[in-house]
Amino acid sequence: MSLTDDQVRNVARLARLGLDDARIAEHAGELSNIIDVFESLAQVDTDGVEPMAHPLDLTARLRPDEAVPVTTRDAFQAIAPAVADGVYLVPKVIE
Amino acid sequence: MTAENGIRSLVARRAAGEISAAEIAAHYLERIERHDGDLNTLISVCAERARAQAEAVDAGTAADGPLAGLPLIHKDIFCTEGVKTSCGSRMLDNFIAPYDATAVARLAAAGAVTLGKANMDEFAMGSSNETSYYGPVRNPWNRDYVPGGSSGGSAAAVAAGLAPAATGTDTGGSIRQPAALCGVTGIKPTYGRVSRYGMIAFASSLDQGGCFARSAEDCAHVLGAMAGFDARDSTCVERDVPDYAAALDGNIRGLRIGLPKQYFADGLEAGSRAAIDKAIAELEGLGAEPVEIELPHTDLAVSTYYVIAPAEASSNLARYDGVRYGHRCADPVDLDDLYSRSRAEGFGREVQRRIMVGAYVLSAGYYDAYYVKAQQTRRLIADDFTRAFADVDLIAGPVTQAPAFRLGEKLDDPVSMYLNDVYTLPASLAGLPGMSVPAGFVEGLPVGLQLLAPWFEEGRLLNAAHAFQQATDWHTRRPPGYESQETP
Repeated sequence: MSLTDDQVRNVARLARLGLDDARIAEHAGELSNIIDVFESLAQVDTDGVEPMAHPLDLTARLRPDEAVPVTTRDAFQAIAPAVADGVYLVPKVIE
Repeated sequence: MTAENGIRSLVARRAAGEISAAEIAAHYLERIERHDGDLNTLISVCAERARAQAEAVDAGTAADGPLAGLPLIHKDIFCTEGVKTSCGSRMLDNFIAPYDATAVARLAAAGAVTLGKANMDEFAMGSSNETSYYGPVRNPWNRDYVPGGSSGGSAAAVAAGLAPAATGTDTGGSIRQPAALCGVTGIKPTYGRVSRYGMIAFASSLDQGGCFARSAEDCAHVLGAMAGFDARDSTCVERDVPDYAAALDGNIRGLRIGLPKQYFADGLEAGSRAAIDKAIAELEGLGAEPVEIELPHTDLAVSTYYVIAPAEASSNLARYDGVRYGHRCADPVDLDDLYSRSRAEGFGREVQRRIMVGAYVLSAGYYDAYYVKAQQTRRLIADDFTRAFADVDLIAGPVTQAPAFRLGEKLDDPVSMYLNDVYTLPASLAGLPGMSVPAGFVEGLPVGLQLLAPWFEEGRLLNAAHAFQQATDWHTRRPPGYESQETP
């Protein structure tokens, strides 16, 4: 199947990827070629097959519910692009 | 066959005082200096750190573990405290890891010395190492050819003798395929065997750390130190790690080895096929019993994987938002602009492609048709192995359809690149341990024999590879131009 330019724009919006508008058609072609490969899945009879989310049928391990001191804030903020007074800075969200 | 030049001997010579850790590190740093300009296997060389670690080993102030003084290269996907950890991406070009990955910490605790960080396909997405922001790695056997990927820097560095061993990760074949293309031994253990803590995530239900070395015996030493339970990775399995190296006896008499009919079908190039057939005859000569088996859902592996892995990637890579770490665009006008421009600038073409494929298969209206369907076919593929291993102890076949291809040959054709992974993807989807073992050459380029074992049977896998390497010398061959003064 072929993806339309609008579908590509929608997927890019969902993925928060700012695509160059001049290259949307190129992306549409590439993505369509990849999604064509998936069409073989539709032919497979999977009635009653339990979806496999994980290679080992593990149950989630629980840890004790204990407060642990976090000592990494300074180290983590040291590599952030923009911080001030211990908080991460982003463009203004509320007018 | 390599025991006299292997890791055990190097560590023993240092322990006996014949050579110091500092001399060993200096030897390999000098080789990196001499050869890496041509190969581009490393993104960062950690010369000072390596010297300091080696001196600490010599002074007795570092851990005196089983790998004391052994130099290693880490794939640049493993966080290494205080060292740039780029994952091959512009997005993380400025990322200095604030902590060590568990695999890195465990190897350091065993006494290993970090020489540098290996080049790789961006975010481990690629089979040729050409998607790296830092440029392609070249194959030491012929520098016009790719080393494979995504752990291509690790594999090529070991092949060229820039380190005795290197770490790697395998999501769909990213250890086995470059090991095959570079003529080194590589092992991807069972999913859950090596902690993923500090290993930058691509597809979390598939990613697994492992290693490259010259021989199965050397891999056994490194994997033994890397593997083991870690409470910080919720999918790491709480299960004892056997002493892989001590258990190698090279005896495979009576071992039943399954040969999947689907792995020897039309796509397999003739020269590679001949090398694999010869390797299987060798295993038979050592007392193993080859049995033809069926893995009937093999041809679904490519479509299944290229739905599931991008879906997980699109979710995992959502964390790169230009806020907490990594690339941030200049002068964002609002939050959406900050996200979308930082990500468009920070991610390369293949990564963007996979994020979009993932977002598409997870989006409303397509989720059931693609994502859930692929999870169902994933189970069919895994069930094939469960049935096969009821009757055989190991599975053997090719790693790739053909030896290394030329740089640039498939870069503009993602689908043809993906189809290449057909023999490595099934075991990844099932979470099985697998190896690539050097098994010959086609026109000067290495061919790898793939061995697969049931879940958590890494020991059986390593022993079969060890038996093969006791009887053959493919793993001792060196690429021309890199053979002189290889060992310190």
